[in-house]
Formats: sequence, structure tokens, C-alpha cells
Amino acid sequence: MRVALPKPLEIHDLTVAYQQKPVLYGIDLEVEPGSLVGIIGPNGAGKSTLIKAIMGIMKSVDGYVKVFGDSSRKALTRVGYVPQRESVDWDFPVTAMDVVLMGRFGHIGWFKRISKRDRSFASECLEQMNMLPYANRQIGNLSGGQQQRVFLARALAQQSDLYLMDEPFEGVDAITEKAIVDLLKNLRNQGKTLMVVHHDLSTAKDYFDHLALLNLRLVAYGKTEDVFTHDLLQKTYGGKLTVLSEVGSRKLNEKQPTPEAL
Amino acid sequence: MFLPIWKKLKYMLLILVLSKEASVLKAAQISSESDKDWINQAIRFWTFTDPSIQIIALGAILIGINCGLMGGYVVSRRLSMFGDTLSHAVLPGIAVGFMFSQSKNEAVLMIGATLSGFLGVGIISLLKRHTKMKEDSAMGLVLSGFYALGICLITYLQQSPNGGASGLESYLFGSLVGLSDRDLVPLCFCLSLIIICFILLNKELLLSGFDPSFARSVGLPVDILQFCIWILMAFCIVSSLQVIGVVLVSALLIIPAATAGLLTYRMSQILVFSGILGALSGIVGCFLSFMGERLPAGPVIVLCSTLLFLAVLFFSPARGILPSWFRTRRRGQRIRFENTLKACYQVLESRSFSSQSFPQTALAQRRGKSDAEIEKEIGVLIREGYATRQEFPTEQKSELPSETMVSLTPSGWEIASRMIRNHRLWELYLTKEASYAPDHVHDDAEKIEHVIGEKTVRQIERILDNPQRDPHGKPIPSQDDIDRGWLSPPLVADK
Repeated sequence: MRVALPKPLEIHDLTVAYQQKPVLYGIDLEVEPGSLVGIIGPNGAGKSTLIKAIMGIMKSVDGYVKVFGDSSRKALTRVGYVPQRESVDWDFPVTAMDVVLMGRFGHIGWFKRISKRDRSFASECLEQMNMLPYANRQIGNLSGGQQQRVFLARALAQQSDLYLMDEPFEGVDAITEKAIVDLLKNLRNQGKTLMVVHHDLSTAKDYFDHLALLNLRLVAYGKTEDVFTHDLLQKTYGGKLTVLSEVGSRKLNEKQPTPEAL
Repeated sequence: MFLPIWKKLKYMLLILVLSKEASVLKAAQISSESDKDWINQAIRFWTFTDPSIQIIALGAILIGINCGLMGGYVVSRRLSMFGDTLSHAVLPGIAVGFMFSQSKNEAVLMIGATLSGFLGVGIISLLKRHTKMKEDSAMGLVLSGFYALGICLITYLQQSPNGGASGLESYLFGSLVGLSDRDLVPLCFCLSLIIICFILLNKELLLSGFDPSFARSVGLPVDILQFCIWILMAFCIVSSLQVIGVVLVSALLIIPAATAGLLTYRMSQILVFSGILGALSGIVGCFLSFMGERLPAGPVIVLCSTLLFLAVLFFSPARGILPSWFRTRRRGQRIRFENTLKACYQVLESRSFSSQSFPQTALAQRRGKSDAEIEKEIGVLIREGYATRQEFPTEQKSELPSETMVSLTPSGWEIASRMIRNHRLWELYLTKEASYAPDHVHDDAEKIEHVIGEKTVRQIERILDNPQRDPHGKPIPSQDDIDRGWLSPPLVADK
């Protein structure tokens, strides 16, 4: 290991299993600071699982993840997370402002109350996503694109150095998609590191400067122009890697839910 | 209405604290008071002079607040069914607790109830993990299984020779009889626990309820927080059992919170409203149960909270069924008289604005309605101050048949020309900018003219560069025409 500033993300031989069935096999990955990385791969490739394993939400069977040279549990406030939009209960009685304030919780700490400074910072984050006029709306009354903007405003409120985003472009309108791309590039230019799960191959090339091609294994990682090639995409999306998964499920007699169902 | 109750509550709490020694207050045998008439009974209840009444009222209020506050979290986290299961699963524990202690020792019964409740919860999560069973079926199974077991055990105990189990059936439907000041201790304890938890963990509970995976990502122990909620729920249920009963205690967790959910979408406000609604149903239900002989307290209190729910559902100003029905009706009325006024304008226009009044029959013709219907419509306009009516000729001796003439007042004229303006501008907009055929636009404009609003109209006017005529060649009254006052036809008409 080179002696320098610790890398934002360092993954070594990471294997993650869901109910004993591996869904990610021996992932090795190092990400340089200031990279905007797209994670692409077919359904069930383990894209969300990779993000969750980096966050420590899912336990790894083998290998380790280091975030800025530390375990991700220790570097919590330096990592921002945007979960999939479907993963939350949109009928919950919270306003857009409440949701953005949740991004400050890592900084506020247990039992303490939300300060005025946190509030004004959260307003700034909403403003940055053009969502300030909706601050007091119940979150379920917003459109899909607006909900995603609120999620990103919350990520901004986290003031992290490494961002992990799970399908932020899922189900948003064209204007919001553009706004999100601008935000991502903006953050990258500020020296932040971003890992974004993405499933639209047609835009992947334009949005990201690095790509991680994932299908149970990390097929390739590198600069977009080096990695976005016919052969590597064929390898990622072609059926050859599914044998891994079939053998994985043969370890158990019973049918198991796919990792996407998590 | 709330304030006096709260003042009295404060007073009562003071008495409770001061009268530590005099704690041998026996509860009233409520049904024995039937010799007095009900007014005296009501006075006796609401003055809270009788110590036994103080205790049952305070108990009912405490239970209402506890369950109401707890319910805010239960309902927003979709744990309603879970609460129902937990409350039914405690019943065998009460019976077993009684078998152990051979008496109605509340502490033992409560411990038994709590353990039994958590056994039920444990079985649900085991079933979920190791079988393909879905959560709702697992809950249904545990709920009914435990409840059936509890009923059988209690029935058996009551028939056994050593007796003393006669009070156990009150745990099914609840009872205020025999509530002593000792029973208030767990209720107060539960309330303080809930309040401390909610104040300290407010933001943590909010986050872990809304977005568990994000909560985990910032290091919140989501499962432990969820477990805290379960424990609080169990406390809340078990301490309320004696008054409300196993069958209906979960209703008090659900109904006040669901009612609060109709009123607001902020968690903090839901908790406050829900607590108040719970307390209100508690005290009113307690009063009714006290008045009505042998009415079990649980169902009466739950019935009160259901009535409160219905009241909010129907009468809440913002989203209540009745107010919104009235709003719809008013809108319908407005559209109807706006249409009449518009027709008046069209009649005047067809007569080239030659006079200020026109015969009522011409309006009937224009609207395609009978004279009687038009009579009524004009009546509405006159009542609202938009039109006046005169009989011509007025002299009685005239041989000519009399004719009813209608003329618009300035305010009537303004609305009429505004509607015409909205209608024709919208038609023009649809044909010019949205490429509709001219014969397709009328029906749409008929609806839009009533809702479009001044701001959009001006915007359309700018887009179309102050047009003068609609797609059918009719003149469009401009804002200036309207400002110039009544019965001045659009200037363009002269050209």
C-alpha cells in the first residue's frame, strides 16, 4: 500500500451473502478522490448490495471495506447515502424539511435537539435543489422527481466527502434528471467522491467519468472511455456469469429471494 | 372544554401527592348509586369531589393520553395490526399469573401479561424467518391462538373450586369498578416513560421510522429503537388492560392517532392531537360508563374515540366530508349564476346593447329553459344583487300584456362580461396556440371560464397580443371595457 492520503474507498476481496447465498464475490476496488463513478450491471448483479456493504448496512462474509482508511462505521459522517426511493414509506408524517434535517443527524448526535444553524443549512440545501417552496409539504404529496430532489438535498445536508447513491435517476422527469447530473458534477468538481448505481446504459457514458461494471464479480473498473467497450459490456451483461449465481443457490435446497428483494 | 379538565387534573394530581397516607381510598361501587337521579350523578362526577371518582377519572385520562401518544408512533409505523396482536397475546399470561399467585395480585398478572405478549411477538418473528408465512397471517395466527388459550384458561379458573377468580373476566372488556389508587402508579410510570422517550429520542425515532436504511447508514441502531417501541407498546397495553380490556385496548392505540392523522401531517402535532383525543375519549367514556349501569368501560371509551373520529371525518374544516360538500355545492351555485349572467350578456349583445334592460322571455329562449326555471334563476341573481326586475308596462289600465324586464346591476354586468371575456379568450387560445379546431373549443371553454382566474387571463391576453375577436368572430371584452363600467359594449363592437 502506498503511503499517501487514505483513499476515499478501498475494497479488498469483499464477499457479501444474503442468507448464506453469496451475491457479491471477491470484489477488489480502489477509488481515487474526486471520481464520479457509475456502478452498472444487469438486474440482480448486486449493485445495491455493494452500496449497502460499503455502508456497513449489510455484513460482509469475507474481505473488508475501508473508507478514508477507516472502517465505514468509524467514518460515518464522511459518507452520505441516498437510498432507493422505493425503500421508504412516503405516507410517513414528515415534511420535506424534516427529511432534509435527517441529513444533519450524524452531525448533531444522540438526544440533542436540532439547532437553528442546522435548520438554516437544511434550507440552503433545499434551495440548492430548487425545493425550498415545498419545505413544509408532506413528503407524500410531492411528485417522484421532487421526492428524489429532497433525498439529494438531504445528502447535501450530510456534508460528506464520499457519496453512495442507489438509483437516483429512477423514475424522475427529464428536468430533474438534468438537475441531478449537474449536482453530481458539481460535487465532483468540489473534490467529493461519488458512487452512483445506474441502470441506463445509454446515458452512463455521458454522466460518469469512471465506471464499475458489476455482475456478481467486478468485471471491470476504470475510466469510462477505457471500460465502456463492447467486449466488457458483453461480459457484464452476457449470460456467462449467471453460472456463478446458479452454483450459489445450489448450496441451499430452498428457493431464496433475490438480493433485489431486500 | 379542555382547560377546565386540565386544571382539575392538576388539582387532582396535587391531591394524590398530598394524600399519600390516605391511600386506602376504596373505589366506589358504581352501580350501587342507582337510587340517586342522573343529574345528581352527573354533578357528582364532574365536580370530582368523591375520591373514588377522582381515581377512575384520572385513570381513564391517563390511559387515553398513554395510548394516544403511543398510537402516534404505532399508526405512522404501520404497527396497528401488531398492537392488536400484542394486546390479545397477553391474555394467557394473565391467567397463568393468577394460577401462580392464586390471587388478583396486579404486579404478578402484569408480569405474566408482558411475558406472554413477548412470547407472541417472538413466535411471529420465528414464523416469519423460518417459514414462508407472511407477517399478517403470522399475526393473525398468534392473535387468535393466544386469545383462545386465554379464554379457555380463564373460564377454567373461574369454574375451579377455590374461586377468587371472579374478577378475571373484567380483563376481557375492562371495568372501572375496583380501580384503586395503586393501579394509577403503573399508568403514571408508563406516561413518564413514553414522554421521556419521545422527547429524548424524537429525531431518532422519526428517522428510523421513515427511512430505516438511511438511519442505519448514519449509525442508528434501528432494530433496538424498534424494540424500544415494542416495549413501550407492551407497557402501555398491559397498564391499560384493567380498564379497557384485552379485546379493545388496541383500538385506543389506533383510533385517536388515526383521527389526528386526518387533521395534520406533522409528527409532533399528531402526537399532541392524539394525546388530547385519547384523554377526551377517556374522560367522556369514563363518565358514560359511570352513568350507565353496568356498561363496560372499555367499549364505551372506544366508542367515544370512534365518535370523535367520525366527528373529525365529517366536520374538520380543511378536509372534512361536510365542509368539502358545502364547498362543492357553493361552487356549483356560483357556476350556475355565472352562466345565467353570461346568458344575460349574450341577450344584450344580440340586441346590440341598444337598451339596458331586456325581456325575461328572451333570456329563457337563449338558455333553452322554461319561464319558471328562468324566473328562479333571475330570482337568485336579484337576491345576490346582480340584477333587478321590473314589470312593463307598469300602469294597470294598459291593455297590452305586461312584460317582465330584467336589467343587470354594475356588479352583475362586471361578472357577466368577465365570463364572456374568459370564455372567448380561452377559445382563441385553444385554436391559435394549441391548434384545436374552432368547433371543438366551446365545451372546454364552458368549464374553464369559471376557474381560469385573472392572472392566467392576462397571461393569455399577452400571449395572443390583446386580441379583439374570438374564433367565431365575436368581440372579446377587454379589461378596459370592464373597467369602463356597466352597459358599455366592447369598443370593438362599434367598428
